[in-house]
Amino acid sequence: MEYLEFELPIKELEEQLQKCRIIGEESEVDVTETCKNIESKLKETQKEIYKNLTPWQRVQLSRHPNRPYTLDYIKAICGDTFLELHGDRSFKDDKAMIGGLGKIGDQSYMFIGQQKGYNTKTRQYRNFGMANPEGYRKALRLMKSAEKFGIPVVTLLDTPGAYPGLEAEERGQGEAIARNILEMTRLKVPVITIVIGEGASGGALGIGVGDVVLMLENTWYSVISPESCSSILWRSWEYKEQAAEALKLTASDMKKLKLVDEIIKEPLGGAHRDREKTFTTVSNTIVKVYEDLKNLSPEELVSKRMDKYSNMGVFKD
Amino acid sequence: MSWFKRKTKGITTTTEEKKDTPRGLWYKSPTGKIVDAEELERNFYVSPEDGYHVRIGSKEYFEILFDDNKFTELDANLESKDPLKFEDTKKYPERLKSAQDKTKLKDAVRVGVGKSKGKDLVVACMDFAFIGGSMGSVVGEKIARAADYSLKHNIPLMVISKSGGARMMEAALSLMQLAKTSVKLAQLADAQIPYISLCTDPTTGGTTASFAMLGDINISEPGALIGFAGPRIVRDTTGKELPEGFQTAEFLLEHGFLDFITVRKELKNKVNQYLDLILNQPLRA
Repeated sequence: MEYLEFELPIKELEEQLQKCRIIGEESEVDVTETCKNIESKLKETQKEIYKNLTPWQRVQLSRHPNRPYTLDYIKAICGDTFLELHGDRSFKDDKAMIGGLGKIGDQSYMFIGQQKGYNTKTRQYRNFGMANPEGYRKALRLMKSAEKFGIPVVTLLDTPGAYPGLEAEERGQGEAIARNILEMTRLKVPVITIVIGEGASGGALGIGVGDVVLMLENTWYSVISPESCSSILWRSWEYKEQAAEALKLTASDMKKLKLVDEIIKEPLGGAHRDREKTFTTVSNTIVKVYEDLKNLSPEELVSKRMDKYSNMGVFKD
Repeated sequence: MSWFKRKTKGITTTTEEKKDTPRGLWYKSPTGKIVDAEELERNFYVSPEDGYHVRIGSKEYFEILFDDNKFTELDANLESKDPLKFEDTKKYPERLKSAQDKTKLKDAVRVGVGKSKGKDLVVACMDFAFIGGSMGSVVGEKIARAADYSLKHNIPLMVISKSGGARMMEAALSLMQLAKTSVKLAQLADAQIPYISLCTDPTTGGTTASFAMLGDINISEPGALIGFAGPRIVRDTTGKELPEGFQTAEFLLEHGFLDFITVRKELKNKVNQYLDLILNQPLRA
């Protein structure tokens, strides 16, 4: 397990606890009481730390190297029923954007999401979760295919942004994202969107226009990353914490602004601390949300979705 | 020994009597060509010697597109709020105020409806001078309402983009304007009302990732910068030198993202020619 800087007190206590247990096992000394004390102190420290997370600390948690990624969720939720589908049918298969069909109970879903890697090699292979235009076009192809057969769509958002590369520009990164956003506003099947990590700007929204949009507790969603915001507005990378604060990018801020619908609770310490529990919660949430959406006709779905996005924005009239 | 002898010391001419060149009388294009300001205006704000298209705003585009510069402005009083209490090196309301004072505009887009070559046209035109033409709630709402007006009255819509992208000071609210404007464009498309997107220098970020790339035709002006990520970000991320002409209108045309590039002088003709053709109407002279 890797620890973030603000988690170091927890790391220390966990190590103490482990040592205490080893001593107990290897010697005659009775350490039950000492272990108990450390354990309760650990619990308290955890509660204290995770209760008062700053926006920047949430951003760090959303990028935690042990955090589950899109395929982890899908494989845990769908098991062997998951069938990955590849390619945009015109250029190539983008490894940073994955998709495919899978079952929860008796219901099929089309899952789509950005995919990050878990070590240096796979991170490069997945392009750090930054999709190219072909990734967005692959996503749209899968959504249209789901629409054709009346299959609900679940999108899982986790990206530091769409890839700002030379070839991405040549192949129309802006157009690909714009097309997805437009087509998603009028897709005739339910779209459930969950931010599971980083929700960075157009790169996230490019698969993120949903009937119901949810955020896991320790994720962020905004128009720009705190680092880039800092470098543009403060002309220095040093102000990322202030930028994270100013952008109101946490799940609770986003819910207050009515830009997302619900927050999904994470286990204490973050999704990676109890992956199984996180997967179960997410799976149950998808089923519950779909139960409500499946009764709407395609026309009702689209018109509600359009109304919802038409009402976003704050201004003086 | 000097040729001229100063009778009194120092400069005695008062500021009022100073014979300085009035500001704005001349314009110098990036290649160094100099043009008389009035001549520039007569030439559609294009430098005659090198064809450089000077960055202009809504006032000038309305002048170019609407007959006799006659149009009605829609939602002229919409103004930004500060829902996030955003503060970087400056408070957002202060930024808004100084942008308003400097530009005499309310926000970064204006919408006009009027006749162009005798037929109704709704034009939403962005102003880069207002916080980099950035799109926040007001820009999103005004473009959405422009599309609503088009829908209600069955009038073609033209959006002239000139923007650095979404406005950071409204963060995710700005981001959601991409979806909001797209909703309206989807409705326009379903109603078979033509939508023309003119991408002008510069069109980048969230603007490119929404309405700027979603026209029935996407068109541009010579040399305009159009892209999703700005050139500096692309260079910094990839560590590669950018090829000459990268992200220019000509580059986008070559890669298939623009229908055509038009010089400003021909803009009004070309737009109306397209509308007559696509709507199967007799061509206007």
